[in-house]
Amino acid sequence: MGGIPLFPEAASSFASEVDALYLFIVAVSAFFTVAVSAAVVFFAFRYRRKHPEEIGAHIEGSLPLELLWSVIPTIIAMVMFAWGAKLFYEMRRAPAESMQIYAVGKQWMWKFQHTGGQREINELHVPVGRPIKVLVTSEDVLHDLYFPSFRTKIDAIPGRYQTLWFEATKPGRYHIFCAEYCGTKHSGMIGTVIVMEPQQYQDWLAGGGSEGTMAERGAKLFNDLACNTCHLDSGQGRGPSLKDIIGKPVELAGGQTAVVDEAYLRESILNSQAKIVKGFTPLMPTFQGLVSEEGLAALIEHIKSLSPQAAASTPAPVPAAAPSTSTPAAPAQGARR
Amino acid sequence: METPVYPAHNYLSNGHGLKSWLLTKDHKRIAILYLISISAFFFLGGLFAVGIRLELTTPQGDLFQPDTYNKFFTLHGVIMVFFFLIPSVPAVLGNFLIPPMIGAKDLAFPRINLLSWYIYVIGGIFTLFAIVAGGVDTGWTFYTPYSSASSSTNVAATALGVFIAGFSSILTGLNFIVTIHRMRAPGLHWFKLPLFVWAHYATSLIQVLGTPVVAITIVMVFAERAFGFGIFDPQRGGDPVLFQHLFWFYSHPAVYIMILPALGVISEIVSTFSRKRIFGYSFVAFSSLAIAVFGFIVWAHHMFVAGITVYAAMVFSFLSFSVAIPSAVKVFNWSATLHRGSLSFEAPMLYVYGFFGLFLIGGLTGLFLATLGTDIHLHDTYFVVAHFHYIMVGGAIMGYLGGIHFWWPKMIGRMYSEFWSRISAILVFVGFNLTFFPQFVLGYMGMPRRYHMYPDEFQVLNVLSSGGAAVLGLGYLLPVIYLVYSIKYGEVAGNNPWGASGLEWRTQSPPLTENFLEVPTDIPEAYEYTPKVIREAKLV
Ligand code: HEC
Ligand code: HEM
Ligand SMILES: [Cu+2]
Ligand SMILES: [Cu+2]
Repeated sequence: MGGIPLFPEAASSFASEVDALYLFIVAVSAFFTVAVSAAVVFFAFRYRRKHPEEIGAHIEGSLPLELLWSVIPTIIAMVMFAWGAKLFYEMRRAPAESMQIYAVGKQWMWKFQHTGGQREINELHVPVGRPIKVLVTSEDVLHDLYFPSFRTKIDAIPGRYQTLWFEATKPGRYHIFCAEYCGTKHSGMIGTVIVMEPQQYQDWLAGGGSEGTMAERGAKLFNDLACNTCHLDSGQGRGPSLKDIIGKPVELAGGQTAVVDEAYLRESILNSQAKIVKGFTPLMPTFQGLVSEEGLAALIEHIKSLSPQAAASTPAPVPAAAPSTSTPAAPAQGARR
Repeated sequence: METPVYPAHNYLSNGHGLKSWLLTKDHKRIAILYLISISAFFFLGGLFAVGIRLELTTPQGDLFQPDTYNKFFTLHGVIMVFFFLIPSVPAVLGNFLIPPMIGAKDLAFPRINLLSWYIYVIGGIFTLFAIVAGGVDTGWTFYTPYSSASSSTNVAATALGVFIAGFSSILTGLNFIVTIHRMRAPGLHWFKLPLFVWAHYATSLIQVLGTPVVAITIVMVFAERAFGFGIFDPQRGGDPVLFQHLFWFYSHPAVYIMILPALGVISEIVSTFSRKRIFGYSFVAFSSLAIAVFGFIVWAHHMFVAGITVYAAMVFSFLSFSVAIPSAVKVFNWSATLHRGSLSFEAPMLYVYGFFGLFLIGGLTGLFLATLGTDIHLHDTYFVVAHFHYIMVGGAIMGYLGGIHFWWPKMIGRMYSEFWSRISAILVFVGFNLTFFPQFVLGYMGMPRRYHMYPDEFQVLNVLSSGGAAVLGLGYLLPVIYLVYSIKYGEVAGNNPWGASGLEWRTQSPPLTENFLEVPTDIPEAYEYTPKVIREAKLV
């Protein structure tokens, strides 16, 4: 392609399908552009005015033609729609066995937390070949977590979790961008995702996480914030037991049910009045402003750890005595040249 | 061929001095007032673009401070969208031409027409004040919570400016709707109207129905900044994404406010320069209305990654394709019009040919963005920037400039340089493609928009784009020179220099203040080209 790159590196499981869909639309577009341009240029020569009094033929139009050139583009458009929607559906459904990472956008940095307790800023280490689900939120304004080499992005919206997933297919270093304008250093809110071979990744994990896993930090917070005064494992407290609730429907006071996932836990902690568990009085205080995004994520991981059979998101256990040589040697690969 | 004489009495000679202009109720003079003011804003918006393109020639972000750069792209967008593109074709060409095209002496409400210009100017002054007082840095989209809670720049003054200008747009729309319903000459029924008038009718509907929504949205941001109600603040139960729904509910249709009138211009020019009726007249007419209606149900295609559900995204993706079809239908009909026409290629037609290329690419690239699987990657990258510039600058400004060149002899009564006008049409086309085509590639490569600095691998394409912008700038400057020159020194144009069939060409050039001395009665079919039309134009 000469000196100008046309595609970013394709490094995730759906990157090549996004590229294929893109090339399909490029082909359709090129066809129509060339066809219409060729027609109008041909007419320009063929029907050029020969003498000043000449006038064009009187033609009203043609219903069959109008139908033809409405219906054919509609059919082609429906193919694009269907293919795009199918791909999108896959891009939005993280596989159940995904490993989980929390990401928080903040003017102007990306903070990542691994469930094992490792924290990173503007860098994200992930293993190759394993689906990874990122729960994304923001501490201030909108941001957008964008991995061009994985062909995916999601807005970071304050006050809620959004999920994005990918499975990296090639070890290497790739760009992380903030794609939603967020003020002064928007263009500096960039980082690197480092995709590693599983063994290297294990080594890297072993090197970090000195403050314990997220669940452990969450357990400590659970005591510090006095959650444990109401939520007893026995279910005898003023609040419901939080054991084994993940992934299950909970009956609400209004008669509806809700499924307990991260978004539900988040809302229960920050704004417990929004959904009241059936049979309880709404006396849980709001923790809005009392707990940071990191703390909240830790609390959620703690509560998830109370549902052992549903916890699929914890990473493979770290071999205790793994050597901690952790820098991956792959060169920066921003672009395919 | 006889040499035409410049008419001694016309709307330009009817009253002299500033007061005769500032207090005029003549739709033609008001159009000229708009022409001058939007040109000034176009120039200002262009200056900011120069700043952007200069900064982006190097990856480091070394020319301006980041905040300065952010203000540049914000002001560029705000000015170009709200103070140039939205008023451009309707307020200048629509204002000038709708009455003569329908055989009327003026719009239905001449005073309101003047009022809408004053409102526009006041809105503009607020925005200029915001610039002088330090600028604004939210992007033209004013997304919350950045605009409501984080930015420390002059958001309120700018928002107020846009809010006020919106009323000008509503009033113009109302005026056109009433005029088109009530003021048509006897015998001029709907299907004899020029497609330019249909396009303005559809646009006016959007203006009247959509603009109040953006006005409310702006008031909410304003109130949020002033009183802190918490509407967009999740900590207090607000929703930051609500703003985007409201904003795009107006602003997606607003992109059609910017393009539909230009599509109307294209129909007029294509038919005149091929001396032929527009192929499939009623399909082209109704496609304008279809676009106006569908335009209101696609807004969330700007929000596929902004927290709408998977199923909502699918519905909005599907609906978005529905606006693409009427746009495609128009292009096919124009192309078919050329078939067996009698084509000639003066500057207006060159602009139309340029328009074909750019609008095609702009519209087709919309498909990449309406397709969910690709939009996730392309959203908020330079691909989107390239897409909407192809349509709004490539399409709408080509249409606007084509229209200015087409009706200039009617408006001023004199011709501009044929040679220079062709050169400028070609420069604009070439410069435009050089500037914006590389941005599609940049976008697919992953370069996000609104970036002051960028990784090195994006530099080659950015330099190419900045170089193209220089050519494009030249292409836009040339017409200013030769058009102004022609006001005094141009050859006298005569009533109908192109041999066009529309009613407006039956008036003298420049027209009398009351357009017609008598209401025209023998109304032809739209675009009726017969040897008689050419003979009466005294071209031979
Ligand atoms: C004053 C007692 C009290 C304290 C302190 C308290 N909660 Fe609660 N919590 C409740 C009650 C009562 C409910 C059930 C009613 C409701 O849904 O609001 C509840 C509900 C919940 C739920 C939803 C449970 C379900 O089964 O759906 C979660 C999760 C939760 N609390 C977490 C926490 C965390 C984490 C803390 C500490 C930061 C905390 N709570 C502190 C009383 C309390
Ligand atoms: C042919 C049909 C079209 C389709 C299917 C289409 C589709 C889209 C989509 C999906 C987006 C959102 C992209 C994103 O942010 O991820 C978009 C952006 C945009 N489009 Fe189009 N479009 C079409 C025509 C037009 C026309 C005719 C105009 C203008 C006259 C236009 C102007 C814009 C603008 C201004 C934006 C971006 C605004 C911003 O984010 O700043 N589009 N288009
Ligand atoms: Cu950002
Ligand atoms: Cu849109």
